[in-house]
Amino acid sequence: MKKRTGVFVCHCGINIAGTVDVKKVADKLGKHKAVAHSEDYVYMCSDPGQNLITNAIKEHKLDSIVVSCCSPTLHEKTFQNAAKAGGINEFQSEIANIREQCSWVHKDKEKATIKAEKITRSAVERVNKNESLEPISFPVTRRAMVIGAGIAGIQAALDMANTGYEVVLVEKNPSIGGHMIQLSETFPTLDCSQCILSPKMVEVSKHENIKLLTYSEVQEISGYVGNFNVKIKKNPTFVDPDKCTLCDECTKVCPVLTSDEFDLGLTGRRAIYMPFPQAIPATYTLDDKHCPGLLPIACGKCADVCDPGAIDYDMKPEIIEEEVGAIVIATGFDLYEKEEMGEYGSGKYPDVLDGLQFERLCSASGPTQGEVLRPSDHKVPKEVVFIQCSGSRDPEQHCAYCSKICCMYTAKHAMLYKHHVPDGQAYIFYIDIRSGGKGYEEFVQRAVEEDGVVYLRGKVSKIFEYNGKIRVWGVDTLAGKDIEIDADMVVLAQAMRPSKDADKLAKLLKISIDKDGFLQEAHPKLRPVESVTAGMFLAGAAQAPKDIPEAVAQASGAAAKALAILSQENLFHSPQVAKSIPNLCTGCGMCVDVCPYDALSLKNGKVEVNEVLCEGCGTCSATCLRAAIEVKNITPYQIYEMINASLGG
Amino acid sequence: MAEEFEPKIVAFLCKWCSSAGSDLAGVSRMQYPPNVVPITVMCSGSVSPLYILSAFNKGADGVLVSGCHPGDCHYIKGNYYARRRIALVKELMEYIGLEPDRFQMSWVSAAEGIKYTKIIKDFVNILKPLGPQTNLRRSQ
Repeated sequence: MKKRTGVFVCHCGINIAGTVDVKKVADKLGKHKAVAHSEDYVYMCSDPGQNLITNAIKEHKLDSIVVSCCSPTLHEKTFQNAAKAGGINEFQSEIANIREQCSWVHKDKEKATIKAEKITRSAVERVNKNESLEPISFPVTRRAMVIGAGIAGIQAALDMANTGYEVVLVEKNPSIGGHMIQLSETFPTLDCSQCILSPKMVEVSKHENIKLLTYSEVQEISGYVGNFNVKIKKNPTFVDPDKCTLCDECTKVCPVLTSDEFDLGLTGRRAIYMPFPQAIPATYTLDDKHCPGLLPIACGKCADVCDPGAIDYDMKPEIIEEEVGAIVIATGFDLYEKEEMGEYGSGKYPDVLDGLQFERLCSASGPTQGEVLRPSDHKVPKEVVFIQCSGSRDPEQHCAYCSKICCMYTAKHAMLYKHHVPDGQAYIFYIDIRSGGKGYEEFVQRAVEEDGVVYLRGKVSKIFEYNGKIRVWGVDTLAGKDIEIDADMVVLAQAMRPSKDADKLAKLLKISIDKDGFLQEAHPKLRPVESVTAGMFLAGAAQAPKDIPEAVAQASGAAAKALAILSQENLFHSPQVAKSIPNLCTGCGMCVDVCPYDALSLKNGKVEVNEVLCEGCGTCSATCLRAAIEVKNITPYQIYEMINASLGG
Repeated sequence: MAEEFEPKIVAFLCKWCSSAGSDLAGVSRMQYPPNVVPITVMCSGSVSPLYILSAFNKGADGVLVSGCHPGDCHYIKGNYYARRRIALVKELMEYIGLEPDRFQMSWVSAAEGIKYTKIIKDFVNILKPLGPQTNLRRSQ
């Protein structure tokens, strides 16, 4: 039976109407045998536009609609709701994308109009064979997981835990805190970073709704929004935190000295260590990469002096399985390595530091207890050059993007330096100053006016060691002069890049990354905290370079989005799933083998579909030799009709 | 002078990557020839060889199937199945006397609007010298 379809062509102001003759499209489609009504309107998504659709459905007794407008990712839901309001099933609504895929990419009005007609006709053919469907309901596991316990992960975990839902917080390092806990002070208030973060860390460790898994990594994930099953590998710390009394006897006898990650190599640590005094969980970790004692004949000194017997060399990695309904990914950033900067000495000069090392140098808990000293000879540096955009905004050689926070933290560094060494001189080389943010511009002004920081607009072309100093060759583009400074110390504002192995995790979780390796949000403007995979949300610098307040805001946003899932007892699954046609099925089982979701099985020699597991990808349908399985509302028959329409046949 | 031959292309784009990539090309106002009419499918793995042959049968001069990059399939592995089928379709085309260049497979992610634009431009340029496809076209 042929349908009574309504076709609604949107002008989108001049976005569509500027290139496509929308009236002609509506007229042409109006003559189609299945189309009972067609019209155009300036903004179909507006309230009057939607009312026009709803009223037309009732007035013309339409049983299906096609809206020719923008991409379905934007307004599919809007028009499904308009269809519902008109009294027809939401799956009797189809979108013809004539904006992103037509009017915006073509200039030739005549050709674009013909193409828009074809796209619209294709949608008409499709909707003509659409079935009315009802969403499939399934229960939700009402707990969440947060991956990464820097400030963003901590904030997201606390926000969710405080509403009463259980949260599993997974961190790959021995302690939570991320990079923020390494910072000395924060811009633009010069708040002590540890002082504002450590209470939150303690709250995490004491929270009854947070299950903290440190030194742990996600290994495997299966399931779907509302019901994920995550396997986590908890690496052995070889120290039982319940027995450890934090007496610190073990580190005194450990013979191994290796570079300290927390101080970024500015100091050393033992093979058994506590990352930093405020570490959460407060316990020691034995680093098996450096400890010889896992073979107890070789060493075993720490176990000998450990009175409570907390050290266990036989501790094994543990695989923990967690069921969660939603996941927040907050894996943060790493700095672009100094070693990559050939022009700035490839990391081989000890007095050329990156931003995080300088933070440690300024920090009261740092390697010099907050005195700014040259790592090479422990002298107070009298002239310090700060280089912004080191590795950022350099598409030829390094990262093309702006790392966003460096202008601010370099101003902060220069100020901190001046507070530590009042008679010293700070120079900052910059390309532009980007100080957008509350109180940020004033902060930069303060650096110049109160602390006498000299800003030089231009790039540094080269730095090298010269007479015990670091010679900096740069240019001041405002004065039009070459500049040479013999500095005692150089601080590189290295670009932010996604944390190591974030790409592997993204692959595991099946979320996308962008061209720079940051996690890809579902929509750059309207869905900035969602990933493209339902039930997975993004927070913090893993998604893009951002400062602390932005990371915290995004984390709370991601938490709110995750809570929207957890707060429901049941979720609804798209009913556009596979359907078998038993008369045609011979039970060969080829579709069962290719299904990525184990949604198909053979019963009595015929295939059966588990509708909750099926995601509707249609791989089964392309595999079946007898067309005995198809995806509802995008069946081979519909595709053939769409091909025909697309070719103007 | 005769009008220049304009090849007709049907493009099967997966919903999650390539269709989103073509949307990005639109949002960024990149320009490409209007020869291509997209059909959004759930996954490149759902594109049956029959769809491709049907498109040629109905008069397409070229067919494009585009999916997520290998390893990035929204449905885990659908694009691998697509890739295997594509190899077969190419062989089959050769066997039945249809230029294999008339059929292309590409990987376009949601972030690759530029790449989608380039693929369409290049495909049109490949198809123009080949002229209209008549071998599989049903008689009108």
